[in-house]
Amino acid sequence: MHFSGFRVIKEALTGHKGWKPLWRNPEPQSSYDYIIVGGGGHGLATAYYLARTFGQARIAVLEKGWLGQGNIGRNTTIIRSNYMLPGNEPFYEFSMKLWEGLEQEFNFNAMISQRGVLNLCHTDAQRDAFRRRGNAMLLAGADAELLDAAGVRAMAPFLNFDNARFPIKGGLLQRRGGTARHDGVAWGYARGADMRGVDLIQNCEVTGFRIEGGRIQGVETSRGYIGAKKVGVAVAGSTGRVMAMAGMRLPIESHVLQAFVTEGLKPVIPGVITFGAGHFYVSQSDKGGLVFGGDIDGYNSYAQRGNLPVIEDVAEGGMALMPMIGRARLLRVWGGIMDMSMDGSPIIDHTHVEGLYLNAGWCYGGFKATPASGYAFAHLLARDAPHDTAKGYRLDRFARGYVIDEKGVGAAPNLH
Amino acid sequence: MLIPHPLLGLRDAQEFTYLGDARLIDRPDGMAEGAEAAFAEYVYLRDNPAGVHRELWFHEQGDRSWLIVTRDTVTHEILGAELARNVALAANGGEA
Repeated sequence: MHFSGFRVIKEALTGHKGWKPLWRNPEPQSSYDYIIVGGGGHGLATAYYLARTFGQARIAVLEKGWLGQGNIGRNTTIIRSNYMLPGNEPFYEFSMKLWEGLEQEFNFNAMISQRGVLNLCHTDAQRDAFRRRGNAMLLAGADAELLDAAGVRAMAPFLNFDNARFPIKGGLLQRRGGTARHDGVAWGYARGADMRGVDLIQNCEVTGFRIEGGRIQGVETSRGYIGAKKVGVAVAGSTGRVMAMAGMRLPIESHVLQAFVTEGLKPVIPGVITFGAGHFYVSQSDKGGLVFGGDIDGYNSYAQRGNLPVIEDVAEGGMALMPMIGRARLLRVWGGIMDMSMDGSPIIDHTHVEGLYLNAGWCYGGFKATPASGYAFAHLLARDAPHDTAKGYRLDRFARGYVIDEKGVGAAPNLH
Repeated sequence: MLIPHPLLGLRDAQEFTYLGDARLIDRPDGMAEGAEAAFAEYVYLRDNPAGVHRELWFHEQGDRSWLIVTRDTVTHEILGAELARNVALAANGGEA
């Protein structure tokens, strides 16, 4: 079923009787060539690119709940490629380029909106750092613009420019950044994978790996044993739990990150705006709600809910940046479990078990990476070689001293 | 979250900073054979359990003692707290 404007008109005229479910709901087969553990954004994207770009078949995605129930369904939907380090920026810019063609490619409305991402700076030193990062972005083929205070004021006159402690001196703007509809991304990838024969198996929890002679044979699941030649794990916050079943300890801690949405308001915020003197980022959804967030709570957690001190901290950040936000009423607060890595950067690599691959450590930047993560993981699974832009994301980079630490805070997962 | 400090009673978790897994008090011997691999593991690898977790909290805005807090990472329930110093001393047979 192809989606188009004509199709909408035709269905409107014929009583909407022609719409079909977006994917099948198949029973698991006894074995597959590829099993992807985790039916979230990254897992579904991996299956999609494996089938579509790398021409592989006999692929299954195993999801313990329903598709897109994890972090893809509970993030703040920001897409951007404004990193600095050479190990990161080409990868995120590759992701940005995939975002730009995604909706046409998988024929699904993911509401990708390149309304700009603006990082604010509040000191001269911060402006210097932004100039450096902007130059690094340009070198990697991304776009970046350094705005002065007048430039920021023209875009967002409602900000608190003359705060005595945090005056706004300017900002780093990536116009191609923006937001996407997170559920639409998961559904689009799921539908695209299903159309190409991928079995999306829900309510199927992986309970163990069958490993013989150092090689993966298959996975034990709540719906029985399923054999596989290759298994890729993309389970975000559950990575520690799942990989422990393969006898692995990882450079990852699971932490809870909270996000917030207000009641629907008329358009007030032009794009994504981030506060440079605290941790606060905000955008406005198409429905009108202000979507915002801040720091992780900072202690190991699998609870999918956080505590009040961080809510207070985020609210203070919002009030310092744009006092008008105090008039908005909060509608919902929720939490997701982040796989915080030891250097703040992800891992896309094989493991010590032949045929078992790992995609993890996305910290709280996993959403924007969804297309490139899926593409690079599919590349690794299909060709047994890392994608060009993901070569730095090795599991052994920690022991070998090649960490990719954007913030430079060291092996402290709760500070990235 | 309220942390039951062994000396000060219930204290707000906001008075503390969080370090991580309590196994970090077992620092490897830098002079031993294989110290490089032992330190790579010590610095970077974590158990990351869903459930009971023993972890180091520093009472930064209080008496500046290190605590080992036992906490459930699934429910955030705090099951107990002890002075990290006492735990380390007991592990070393009473010697600092």
